[in-house]
This record gives sequence, C-alpha cells and structure tokens, in this order.
Amino acid sequence: MASYILRRLIGSLLVMLAVATLVFFMIRLVPGDPIAAMLADSGGPEAREALIRKLGLDKPVLVQFWKWFIAMLQGDLGNSIYGNNQPVTTILIEALPRTMSLAFLSFIIALVIAIPAGIISATRKNTATDTAVSLFAFLGLSMPDFWLAILLIIVFAANLQWLPAIGYVPLAEGFWPWLSHLILPSIAIGTGFSAIIARMIRSSMLEVMQADYMRTAASKGLTMRVQMLRHAFPNALIPVVTVIGIAFALLISGAVVVENVFAIKGLGRVLIQGIQNRDYPVVQGAVLVVSAFFVLSNLAVDLLYAVIDPRIRYS
Amino acid sequence: MTDVSVKDLGDDLAVPDPVQPKSRLRSVFARDRKAQVGLFIMLFFTLTAILAPLIAPYDPNEMTLDMMTNPSGTHWLGTDDLGRDLLSRIIWGTQISLFVGVSTVALALVGGVILGVVAGYYGGWIDNIIMRYIDLQWAFPNFIIAVYLVAVFGTGLLNVIVAISLAFLDDFARIARSMVLTLKEEQFVDAARVQGFSDARIMFRHILPNALAPLIVQATVSVSYAILGEASLSFLGLGVNPNTPTWGLILADGRSFISQAWWLGVYPGLAIMLVVLSINFVGDGLRDALDVRETGS
Repeated sequence: MASYILRRLIGSLLVMLAVATLVFFMIRLVPGDPIAAMLADSGGPEAREALIRKLGLDKPVLVQFWKWFIAMLQGDLGNSIYGNNQPVTTILIEALPRTMSLAFLSFIIALVIAIPAGIISATRKNTATDTAVSLFAFLGLSMPDFWLAILLIIVFAANLQWLPAIGYVPLAEGFWPWLSHLILPSIAIGTGFSAIIARMIRSSMLEVMQADYMRTAASKGLTMRVQMLRHAFPNALIPVVTVIGIAFALLISGAVVVENVFAIKGLGRVLIQGIQNRDYPVVQGAVLVVSAFFVLSNLAVDLLYAVIDPRIRYS
Repeated sequence: MTDVSVKDLGDDLAVPDPVQPKSRLRSVFARDRKAQVGLFIMLFFTLTAILAPLIAPYDPNEMTLDMMTNPSGTHWLGTDDLGRDLLSRIIWGTQISLFVGVSTVALALVGGVILGVVAGYYGGWIDNIIMRYIDLQWAFPNFIIAVYLVAVFGTGLLNVIVAISLAFLDDFARIARSMVLTLKEEQFVDAARVQGFSDARIMFRHILPNALAPLIVQATVSVSYAILGEASLSFLGLGVNPNTPTWGLILADGRSFISQAWWLGVYPGLAIMLVVLSINFVGDGLRDALDVRETGS
C-alpha cells in the first residue's frame, strides 16, 4: 500500500512537471506580438527594448524556461503585466479560497441531492418516482451551468431578493454573509454534478441489489431500510467514487464559467480576465493551479478508492 | 461506416460480421420513447438550422427602436437592448451551435481514432509516446484545455472548433486504443495478416469496423458537450466573433438586462438545453442499443 501511494505521488508529480513545461512552451506559440499587445502603442522602440529585457525575453528560450521553472518551484510565478503588477502568486492565493469554497459547497449540494435521489430511484425502479428522478437527471446534465446561474439570479436575486446576485464575502466576515453569496453559484455548479452521481448511484445500487449477500441480508429478516442503507448503499458507493474523480472536471469547468456570472474573483475569473487582458503570466499561473487542483483531486480519489474497498490490494 | 456484407467476404474471407447496428437500432428506437422524443427534437433543430434564412421572421442583426419589448405577436420572444428580434437571433444561432457540435466531434473522432488505433496496433515506443501525450492531456479538464487553446491562438469560429476538438482527442484515442488491444488478438486479424494485407488495411478495414459501437456512443455524447463548450466559450467572450448570433453570446449580451427583460436570460438557454437534452436522450438509447457500458466521462 505504501509503495502504491508513493508511486502514485511520484506519477502525479511527473504529470504536474510535464503540465508546467507544456504550459510554458504553449504560451510562446502565441501568434502576433505579445510585447506590442502589452505596450498597447504607448511606447517607442526604447520602451519595447526595456520591456523585453525586463521580462528576460532577450535570452534563449531554454534559459528562460530554466529561470521560470526554478522560480516556479520557489512559488514565484512572475508578476502580472497588467494594472499594478501584482505577483501572480498573490493573485492566485487570494483567488484560491473562493474557488475552493465554491467547489466544496457545490460538492455538498450535489451529494445532498444525488444520494437520496439515487437510492430512491433504485429501490423504486420503474415507478413514477424513478422516472421523475431520471428526467431530473437528464435535465441537470443538459442545462448549461451559466444558464442555470442566470435563471437563479432572475428568480432569487432580482425578483424575490432573497440572496445577493453577485460578489463574494470571506468567511472571516461571518458565516451567513459568506454562505449567502455562495448558495446560488453552488447550486448552478452542483446540479449537473448531482445528476451524474445520482445516475451512477442508481445503476450501481441496482447491480449490488442482485448480489448474494443481499439475498442473505433479506433472508436474515433485516428490514428493507437496513438492507438498503447498511448493506447495499456502502457497496454501491465504490464505483461511484471513481466517477466523482472524473466529475471533478465538471466542477472546475463549472466554477470557471459560473464565477464569471456571479463576479466572484476566484481562479476561473482570474483566468478569464487574464485572457481578456492578455496577461500571460496570470493565465499561465491560473492554468497551472487549476490542473494541479484537478490532478491532486484525482489522486485523492484513487487513494480513497483503496481505502473504502478493502478487496483492492495494491502491490 | 463500413458495413461488411456478404459480397465483400469474397476477398476478406476471415472478416466477421461487425455489430449489426442498423437492425438493433431500429428495434430499440421503436421501443424507447425517450430516444424517439430526442430524435424528434434533434430533427426539429436540424430543420431550423437549415431553413433559418426562410423561417427567421427578421434579420437577426437588424436594430430597431423597439428595444427590450415584451414577447408579443410581432416579436414572439421579445427584443433585446438593441431592438433585435430574439427569436430570429436564436433561429440563426441554431446553425452555429449544430455546426460547431458536429464538426468538432468529426475532427476529434478522426484524429483520436487514428492516434488510438495506431497506438494500440503497433504498441511499443509508438504506443508509449502517444499514450504519454494522452495522459498529459488527461491532467486537464476538457473545458480548461479549450479555454487555454483559445487564449493562445485567439477567438473566432475556426479556432473554437479546433480548440474543442483537440480537447476531446484523448477521449476517442483511449477508447479506440483499448478496443484495438482486445481485437488485435482475434483470429480474423491473424487471418488478414496471413493474407498479406497492409497494416493500414488491417487497422482501418478489419479492426475499426468492429470497434465502432463505443465510438458511436462517445461521439454522440461528445456532440452535446461540444455544443455546451461552444456556448460556454461564447458566453465568456472567448468564442465566435461578437455580432454573430450564437446562443452563448446572446445570453452574455442579455445578461446585464435580465432584471428588466427576463426573456433575454431565459429563451437562448432553453434552446441550448433542448438540443443538449435531445442528444443525451438519443445517446442513452444508442448506449442501450449497442450495449456499451457507461463510463461516466
């Protein structure tokens, strides 16, 4: 087990290094002249020379890469070339808790909807309830998250005025202000996610309910409730956990779009604003952090998989 | 789709019948109400896209002084902040959405299948190189890849199509490779080799037709993801050029006015949802018909 964890850790690290390399070289493929774009015809040739030297672009690409890489390992991702030239790391550290809060809450909302929905539709297979859950799942899968976000704003912010339509308040300024700003965006992201998990739980439950140990449980005279919640559900969760890993991608992609609807300055908004401002150090940094988040959460899922299913042995 | 029939068997004696998708499809679609509804909605939107110039009541870009008017007899879905007819814009938007969805997946399918089949068939260092790349791409969520590619190469219809299809490449490559790995051990492949057929012929005429079922299902589902992806990119201002009426862009433009004009926030999204829903319905029916296990991706 320990060697398996170590191997997976090293593997993830290698992927991250490869990702960093790819991100660095991709941005150098940008067609056109980024320097001209940065200066935005505000400087002559001298200003241009100075900027090129300041950014180290007069050096060979491999030297640039090496410098960037060493700096990155020390947590220095360069400075934003826009506005007041904040260090990219500072921008990202500010953004990260917002995206994490959003992802965490979306995840909770998704599970709260998906677990009962999945169990109920499996135990009442082919009833009206099952059909309703299935239809809800299809709708959830098909609805663009940014559209759901807009609908939620129209209903709960613009008309009912129950919840704020935009912005973010840190947890330090109180639980309710923090939560109230995150509820609508989290529902917007979590709904699609819950649809995937509910469908998985349903099909996994249906499979598990055919197992021999379920017949044993029934013949022991256990109530339906105990059979389902103690015996079927925990076993049904095993395949679901792997899907959760894949669905993290949806959560992150959802955050990128939905943060922009609600003007929450998380990783997604930083990324998109960086692109709009042609602020390449910021774009580079944001993409790195997003993929790190994704790689690490997949790693966590794989390890969790080993923990919850003792039948799996890793050598 | 190569459908091997009896007359082809003359020179390919050893080729077995690939899954007979047609007959099975027909029987499933006859029973599956959901898939029928999906097919019907798909047909509706396809016709809308083709007939857009004929059925759109107004020029989608014509600005008038009837700004943000409520849905009514003259403007069925109302008008936007520049007095443009929302229904006409949505009708024209259908063209872009469907075009992006289909062309993206066609590109990703061709590219991914070639990569996957070559990797699986030759194995060794070729497989290693291709798979390391695929693993690398696996480290990014598809949408983030598309966003990054558009950031690097710029916006516009063509770039969006290329970006999304590159983002989908790994999905198809993985499926094609794993199918080839199992199929290449089959006797009919040995038989084809003994007959002296070229590698390319064995890969694409003998192995690939037998690996179509999971690829068809993945392609169908990917069309819906591609449509959502284009809409999201356009919504973020990273998609097709402004002024092109696309669903994502119409929503983005209308976003600032939703408290006065709810229809600007409701109808374009409804169109996206209906199209994606219909594709998911059909995809689900295909999955049952072709007996492909759900992977969840």
